[in-house]
Amino acid sequence: MSRSLKKGPYLDFGLIEKIEKLNTQKQKKVIKTWSRSCTITPDFVGHTFAVHNGNKFIPVYVSENMVGHKLGEFSHTRTFRAHSGQRKEEKAGGK
Amino acid sequence: MARIAGVDLPKNKRVVIGLTTIFGIGIPTSQRILAKAGISEDKKVSQLTDDEVNHIRNEISNEIKVEGALKSEVAMNIKRLMDIGTYRGKRHRKGLPLRGQRTRTNARTRKGKKKTVAGKKKAAAKK
Repeated sequence: MSRSLKKGPYLDFGLIEKIEKLNTQKQKKVIKTWSRSCTITPDFVGHTFAVHNGNKFIPVYVSENMVGHKLGEFSHTRTFRAHSGQRKEEKAGGK
Repeated sequence: MARIAGVDLPKNKRVVIGLTTIFGIGIPTSQRILAKAGISEDKKVSQLTDDEVNHIRNEISNEIKVEGALKSEVAMNIKRLMDIGTYRGKRHRKGLPLRGQRTRTNARTRKGKKKTVAGKKKAAAKK
């Protein structure tokens, strides 16, 4: 067993509490969160999280096959706009 | 003639090495399989009897995924990452490294051969 497995997943317990509350009330509310490093557990499935990306909150709807990933993986922090020369090239190269 | 999992094994190599031509089998796996089948690693592939080949074949089909099945599993995993919209999935789609390596220089394995971008005048004149 690797060391990271022994230590178990990282969970933000504040967030878990909130989800439990929603689950017992059978409510679905968007939960704002900054904890990008929190692992997604099966309890999270079906909820929508607004995960902060350093600038704004990105809505992430959690589906079943997202379990085991971390919230931050779905809220991208970088925007890539095309390189300055790219548009010209496209016209010339036709590719 | 030893044909296992749809791959012809090279005749004049030792069995441990010969088995590694199959996708999904490296040297450790190869050693484990041969130990289980009770075949000496030092035997040449050409010296294997049909019986021994069958033994190996059975061990492989019982124990591990190889070749097509393994390749499709890998492809499925990558597809899953792309479908659920993870950062890693996006990197796969763009053909960039996934694990936070620098891309300002290097990263040529993922990015492929250099595509020169015509820059300022000097660089353009150089062709």
